[in-house]
Amino acid sequence: MNLVTIITALIDGLLIGVVYGIAAMGLNLIWGVMKVINLAHGALISLGMFGVYLFFNGMGIHPYLSLIIVAALGLLMGIFIYYIAIARVINAPHLSTLLATFSINMIIIGLGTAIFTTTPRDTGFSLGTIEIGPFNILGTRLVAALITILVTALLYAFLYRTNTGKHIRAVSNNRAAAELMGIPSNRILALSFGIGTMLAAIAGALIATFFSFTILSGEVYELKSFIISVLGGLGNPLGALLGGLILGVLEGALPLAMPNTWVPVIEFVLFIIILLIKPSGLLGDRK
Amino acid sequence: MKQKLFTLGLIAVVFTLVISACAPAAEAPAVEAPAAEAPAAVEPAAAESNEEPVAEAPAAEAAPVEQTAVIGFTASLTGKLNVESTRQNNGFALWMEDVNEAGGIKLADGSVVKFESKFYDDESNKDRVQELYTKLVTEDNADFLISPYSSGLADASAVIAEQYGKIMVTTGAASDGTYQKGYTLVYQAYTPASHYLTGSLDLLANYDPAAKKIAIIHENDKFSSDVATALEAYALEKGYEIVMYEGYDSGTTDFSPIINKIPADAEAIMGGGHFADGQQLAKSISEKGVTAKFISLLVAPPEPTFAEIGAAALGIVGPSQWEPLAAFTPDFGPAGADFATEYTAKYGEEPSYHAAGGYIAGLILQKGIEQAGSLDPTAVKAALDSLDMMTFFGRIKFDVTPENHGLQIGHDMVYVQWQQVDGGLVKQVVWPLAGKTADLLYPR
Repeated sequence: MNLVTIITALIDGLLIGVVYGIAAMGLNLIWGVMKVINLAHGALISLGMFGVYLFFNGMGIHPYLSLIIVAALGLLMGIFIYYIAIARVINAPHLSTLLATFSINMIIIGLGTAIFTTTPRDTGFSLGTIEIGPFNILGTRLVAALITILVTALLYAFLYRTNTGKHIRAVSNNRAAAELMGIPSNRILALSFGIGTMLAAIAGALIATFFSFTILSGEVYELKSFIISVLGGLGNPLGALLGGLILGVLEGALPLAMPNTWVPVIEFVLFIIILLIKPSGLLGDRK
Repeated sequence: MKQKLFTLGLIAVVFTLVISACAPAAEAPAVEAPAAEAPAAVEPAAAESNEEPVAEAPAAEAAPVEQTAVIGFTASLTGKLNVESTRQNNGFALWMEDVNEAGGIKLADGSVVKFESKFYDDESNKDRVQELYTKLVTEDNADFLISPYSSGLADASAVIAEQYGKIMVTTGAASDGTYQKGYTLVYQAYTPASHYLTGSLDLLANYDPAAKKIAIIHENDKFSSDVATALEAYALEKGYEIVMYEGYDSGTTDFSPIINKIPADAEAIMGGGHFADGQQLAKSISEKGVTAKFISLLVAPPEPTFAEIGAAALGIVGPSQWEPLAAFTPDFGPAGADFATEYTAKYGEEPSYHAAGGYIAGLILQKGIEQAGSLDPTAVKAALDSLDMMTFFGRIKFDVTPENHGLQIGHDMVYVQWQQVDGGLVKQVVWPLAGKTADLLYPR
């Protein structure tokens, strides 16, 4: 095994890791702000994939333009889901919100299977390969990584530089106190769920530019999102990005040294170790 | 006392009445039985009539004794196998229509046999299969059986066929395991799973005898692992070098880490699993600029939607049980083009290999009965054991060794390759040479 192979594997890992990061960020934000475990996260990622597929393959809209439409629709859909299914049970025990989001998941998967079937789809979109010395980097993956970094930066600017962002952080920190200060917590929670859903849709849309998918494909990323969130720190969007990068690099590099089916074993061992020595995650708050 | 005697008498009368009422009913089947046996009775006459011109039997010729053979099977009208099973069912129905319209099969005794089918919905459920096949044999008196679609259901049904001494043709079922259980009456129409990729080695050897380094990358489920194991054994036997042998989990989407491991000197890549992973694997191989000259993957390439990945599909080879354009010259049954035309006219879609599998199951039974000249299971079994025919589906011949009785050994997978024709991607049959529509694009 030579150095080129190792560096190629690391680049691949980093590029996919960034996308894992944005998928996890949505889940992480929703948990962080409203303490809801969103089991519909995977299904929403799938919808993002189909969004790009329908806009690009059906209407000929460029995938990255479709991405903006998909993101906007994701935001609206998240707010809609919040008012329909979450708002009523937001103060109930965690099990209720868990079941509420699980129901949303089942509805999306059920309808999606009926409409799209489970036949794999592919957008057939390609940006070619960029050759830098001996390394090949896929155009779509590079763009996906850049978009993810841009979205993360925008999310940070929004959370830390705007009033609404401040409100979100306030509600996340102490909802009762935020309400006493006159912050409309219900609207803030709806917006947070909307942003979380938007991030899921963006992740799905980006993944659709380089992988084939079905309505069930989101599940894989949902599971990874849980691991990444715990790894990076629950409630911290930047932690999600870091967790995603770690997972991506592990998945890229470990198979060089062992059969690739061993990778999940190593990942979950690491997951347990993190839970044992730093339960709040690498960038999590010490509580 | 009188009262008691009266009651006893009454009971006796009722009993007698009941007995006498039952008697004709009980005898009724006995009356039918000779009718069923009629062919046997006719046999000597037929034998005699062979010796002299049939002049004396004009009556028999004018109205040959017609009998009906019942073919029983279950179809997955509901459940996850619904699509494939329905196509198989359509193919079989078409065969039955063809053979009955052609006047049935003439037996050695001069009688004519026509067919009717009896089937139930198995709901794609293994548990229902055994129950329903038992019913088909015991209550519906099926003479022959066809398997349901899929290896799992076919395996479950085969036990019943063997237990009740009925001949069964399995179709839509590729697993090797069913034929290694010592059954003697079960015959496989499909090429077994162990041969899914071995033909691609023959294909490669035919075009480039010098290529010797193979990388095998396969999905980690039973079917794909079995195929990969058989491929590895065959490759080693043929003197190939396996430079990489790696499994991946079902549901894998990111193949970059695996592709990074492919040695630069690998000349051919073989393996895959099912549709989604196979399509993604082909796409990633292309994106990563892998230089292997030959790539053969399971399941995905023959599907029309495989071309969604665009240029990445170009040059990818894949095995299929049958392709409408495979140009075999049959010595029995219809030509492929005729079957395809007739099927399309009747069902409004191009036949898939599932549909062809349904038709071929009927055709195998037809040939067996024709050769045996009777419906007697022993005679038909002997005919099937010695069967070797070329059909539009390809060659059909069964293993008759006790270890693998009934295993399909004549039929080869058809290998398709996506090639560029007039700027568009089209599937071409490249192997076996007897059915090819184009030469292999090599290196891809």
